[in-house]
Amino acid sequence: MDIALARTWVQAIAAAVDAQKDQLTQLDSAIGDADHGANMQRGFVAATAALAEQEPAGPGDVLVKTGSTLISSVGGASGPLYGSVFRAIGKTLAGAGAGSEPAADARRFADALSAGLESLQRLGAAAVGDKTMVDAYVPALEAFQQAAEGAGDGGKAGDFAAAARAAAEAAEEGMRATTPLQARKGRASYLGTRSVGHQDPGATSTALIFRALADVTAAVR
Amino acid sequence: MKKLINSPETLLEDALAGMAAAHPGLRVNAGARVITRSSGKSPGKVAVISGGGSGHEPLHGGFVGLGMLDAACPGEVFTSPVPDQVLAAARAADTGAGVLLVVKNYTGDVLNFQVAAELAEDEGITVETVLVNDDVAVEDSTHTAGRRGTGATLFVEKIAGALAEQGADLATVAKTAREVNSASRSFAVALTSCTTPAAGRPGFELPEDEIEVGVGIHGEPGRRRERIRPAKEIVADALDAILTDQPLSADDETIVLVNGLGGTPLLELYVVYNEVATALADRGIRIARRLVGNYVTSLDMAGVSLTLCRADAAMLALWDAPVDTPALHWGG
Repeated sequence: MDIALARTWVQAIAAAVDAQKDQLTQLDSAIGDADHGANMQRGFVAATAALAEQEPAGPGDVLVKTGSTLISSVGGASGPLYGSVFRAIGKTLAGAGAGSEPAADARRFADALSAGLESLQRLGAAAVGDKTMVDAYVPALEAFQQAAEGAGDGGKAGDFAAAARAAAEAAEEGMRATTPLQARKGRASYLGTRSVGHQDPGATSTALIFRALADVTAAVR
Repeated sequence: MKKLINSPETLLEDALAGMAAAHPGLRVNAGARVITRSSGKSPGKVAVISGGGSGHEPLHGGFVGLGMLDAACPGEVFTSPVPDQVLAAARAADTGAGVLLVVKNYTGDVLNFQVAAELAEDEGITVETVLVNDDVAVEDSTHTAGRRGTGATLFVEKIAGALAEQGADLATVAKTAREVNSASRSFAVALTSCTTPAAGRPGFELPEDEIEVGVGIHGEPGRRRERIRPAKEIVADALDAILTDQPLSADDETIVLVNGLGGTPLLELYVVYNEVATALADRGIRIARRLVGNYVTSLDMAGVSLTLCRADAAMLALWDAPVDTPALHWGG
C-alpha cells in the first residue's frame, strides 16, 4: 500500500458509506439509535476533506490523519473506535520504515491491521460473539494474515489484492453471522434477547471498509 | 416525518442559536458547540460539566446556570459529543479548581469523554468523571455495556452543582455525585417510539394497544412489549422493578422524578405522579421532594420514566439550594 492507494481506500470507504448510509441507519434503527449511517457519513466526508488539504509523508500518515479526523468529527462509539483503528494501522505502517515511508507489502499491512484490532479491543473491550464490529474484523484479519503469509517474501501487488479480497469475504461472512447473536456490547445490548435476529450495524460498516480495500486493490492490479 | 425544522442538517445549529436568543443567562459558542454561563467563571469554583447527544432537552444545556452546570456540550441527535467539544468546555469552565465530567453510561459517551479527559489532563486541567447508570431495565453485568444513564443525571447535576457552588473541592464534589448515582434507580415505559431527523421514521412501530416496557432515551425498543393497561398497574410494575433492585425501608426519604419522554401530556404525568405517591405511601416510603415534567426526554417519544433517589439530609439540603437555569429555578 502506497500513498495513492491509502487515499483511494479512504475515498472508496466514503463513497460506500454514502451509498449505504440508509441501510446502516435502518440496521441501527432496529437495535440501536438510528445514527450509524449519518455518523459514518459525517466522519468520512470530513476525512476525505482533511486528506485533500495535506501533503502526507506516506500511507501511514494518510491513515493516521483519517483516524484523527474520525475522532474529532463523528462522536458516538464509532468515532473513537474507528478513529483509533485507523490511527493504529497508520502508526504501524509509518513506524515500520525509517525516514520516508516505503509502500507497505501485504505482511506489513497484516501487522498494521493486527495493531488496529488491538486498539479496537482495548477501547471497546468486545470479543468475538458480542455482536459488534469485532465479529467482522477478527475473521477479516485472520484471512488477510493467512493470504499474506502464503504470498511469500516481498508480497507483490497481486498478493495484496488477494489478501484484501479474502479479508472482505471473511468480514462479510462474520457480518452475516451476527444476525442470530444476542448483543453483549453497545446499545443493542440493552435489548437483551430481542437483539437476536438483526444484523449488527457496526459489523456491517466494518465489512464495508474491508470490501472497499478489496475493490481498490483489485483496481490497482 | 413532520418536524418543526428547517433541515435535518441545520437542526442543531438552529436550536443552539434559539437557546442563546431565548436565555440571556447562557453563552453559546456555536463553533465549538459549547454552552456556558454568561456570568463567566467564579474564581476557585469546581466546574461541573456534562454533555451528550441532543434530543434530550432540557438536558443538558437547560441545566447550565447558577447552582447546577458550568458548561454543557451537545452532540448530534442521540450521538455523544466529540472529544474536542468536551475539551473546549473544560477549557472554558476550569478555574484551576478542576472539572467534574458527568457522563451518562453509553459506550460512545464514555469513550469520547475519556479521550477528552486525557487531552484536558495533558493541558494541566484536573479531571474527575462520574458515570451515571441508573436504569434498572438493563441487566447489569461485567460482560455487557452495563446500565444506561437516564433520569438520575438530573439529580447528579443538581446536587453536585449545588455542592460545587458552595465551594467544595473536586474530590468532595465527585464523591457526592457518585453517591447520588448509587442511591438512584430508574425505569421507563413508552407509548410510542420517536423519530430522529436522520432516520425520518420511528425507531419501532407499536400497535395502538401496546406499550414498550423498559425503554431507554434513544428510541430503541425496550425489554418487552405489553398490552396497555391502567396507569396504576404500569406504575406498580415500574416501582416493583426499581424497589426490587434497591429496596427502600419505611424510614427512607426520597426524591422522585416523574419524567415525560417528550411527547407525553403533563396531565398524564400528574396521573402517574398520583399513582407513584399512593403506592409509595402504601409502602411507608416518604417522598421528600419531587419533580413532575419533561426533563430528560427522547425527542417526541410518548411515555414516562420514574426515578427514585434515596436521599439523606445533606442531599436534600443541596437539592434545596438555589438554582437558576432555564429548566430548573428555585431559591435564592
